[in-house]
Amino acid sequence: MTAIIYPMFVMGGLGAVFGCLLAFASKKFDVAVDPRQIKIRAALPGANCGGCGYPGCDGYAEGCVLGACALNKCVVGGAPVAEKIAEIMGVAADDADPEVAFVRCQGTFDKTNKDCVYLGIGDCQSASVVPGKGPTSCAFACMGFGTCVKACKFDAIHVVNGAAQVDRDKCVGCKACVEACPRGIITMVPKKKMVHVACSNPMPGALVRKVCTVGCIGCQMCVKVCPKQTISMKGALAVIDPSNCVNCGLCASKCPVHAIDNSKAKPVVVPPASVA
Amino acid sequence: MNLLGLLISSIFVNNIVFMRFLGCCPFLGVSGKLETAKGMGLAVVFVITFSSVMTWLAYNFLLAPLGLDYLYTLAFILIIAALVQFVEIVMKKMMPALYKSLGIFLPLITTNCAVLGVAVINMNEKYDLLTAVVNAFGTAVGYMLAIVMMAGIREKIELNASMPRCMRGLPIALITAGLMSIAFMGFSGLVK
Repeated sequence: MTAIIYPMFVMGGLGAVFGCLLAFASKKFDVAVDPRQIKIRAALPGANCGGCGYPGCDGYAEGCVLGACALNKCVVGGAPVAEKIAEIMGVAADDADPEVAFVRCQGTFDKTNKDCVYLGIGDCQSASVVPGKGPTSCAFACMGFGTCVKACKFDAIHVVNGAAQVDRDKCVGCKACVEACPRGIITMVPKKKMVHVACSNPMPGALVRKVCTVGCIGCQMCVKVCPKQTISMKGALAVIDPSNCVNCGLCASKCPVHAIDNSKAKPVVVPPASVA
Repeated sequence: MNLLGLLISSIFVNNIVFMRFLGCCPFLGVSGKLETAKGMGLAVVFVITFSSVMTWLAYNFLLAPLGLDYLYTLAFILIIAALVQFVEIVMKKMMPALYKSLGIFLPLITTNCAVLGVAVINMNEKYDLLTAVVNAFGTAVGYMLAIVMMAGIREKIELNASMPRCMRGLPIALITAGLMSIAFMGFSGLVK
């Protein structure tokens, strides 16, 4: 009989003692947590993806309460979660600009040419280490092997006719493609701004002209036409400062080589089902 | 066996990861970054040393006298889990800085086989309390050594762009672990 009684009491006793101990400890050593932090944590998706820059959702919730970070940093939750957090914190939804990725190249097959036939591993990272300037004639061009497409978790970037294009509606601004692009031609732009220079080549116009029909030739037409004086030249490449841009699109319409992209005026591109 | 010998033996000769193959899960899972590996290693040192005292006391003063040795697995897991939880709660209140650095790792190793393994080894070898603590501390330091070394190597490997895609991540980590294990075999016979 003792063979049953002893184990029962010992293990049951141990369990009861530890249970009481933990219950006591959790009351006695209770750490006061800001109730808003608990609410924010509940509103977050709990994916612990680290997209906000904190190690996990707990960290981000704490950061929000401390006011150490913006309330719209949750990539997974997006705008709905940002609104919830703003409500919990008692402030108007943060109207900080959401950003989207933008490919600063429109060198499709018909606009630019490939210097050589690249038969290596079909990946921009591999192609970019080919000696010289890689498979494209322009050293600043999209190579079109779709490393950014693979990096995108939201199906928001596609290679269309040899050049990558971002779907502004699907892009959540996670910057995965920006980091994936070995040529660094994908940049983040404010979602509200529609007009961007779609070229990364800072070489003089004559050299650009040789390799691409839609590359910025540095004619400074846009600089002159801009009513807000928000376009400057970086080498022979026009750069629009998005903070002053009013989306008027004058520069895009005046650009002789159509190197400035105006998303307002462009039809929505439907990417083909399969892209090589 | 003197205590220094035991310490060296438990760190190198009988390294818990490379020789006993215990605690492989966090060893591979948390060795991606040096910083987190350090945190994990410290948490393991803390938990193993602390829990070995408690399990030793429970075994020698509670289980053995009552003839309940066969319940040791159950009892040890209960003790370790409760202990880690308790320590976590107390630490959160009393030492927030330490909690920040160890906090997320503590629950991860609560029922880790390395922690249970040390308690069982102490029991099987019939160590006295001091010996058991030295053995536990040495084993935990050995674990920390292993995971920090692994993290250092893996950080370097990650930077190697010429690594074939199929070998990236876990495959090369497993091969590395195997090679490190072979290297640690060189310590065998160091302590008699």
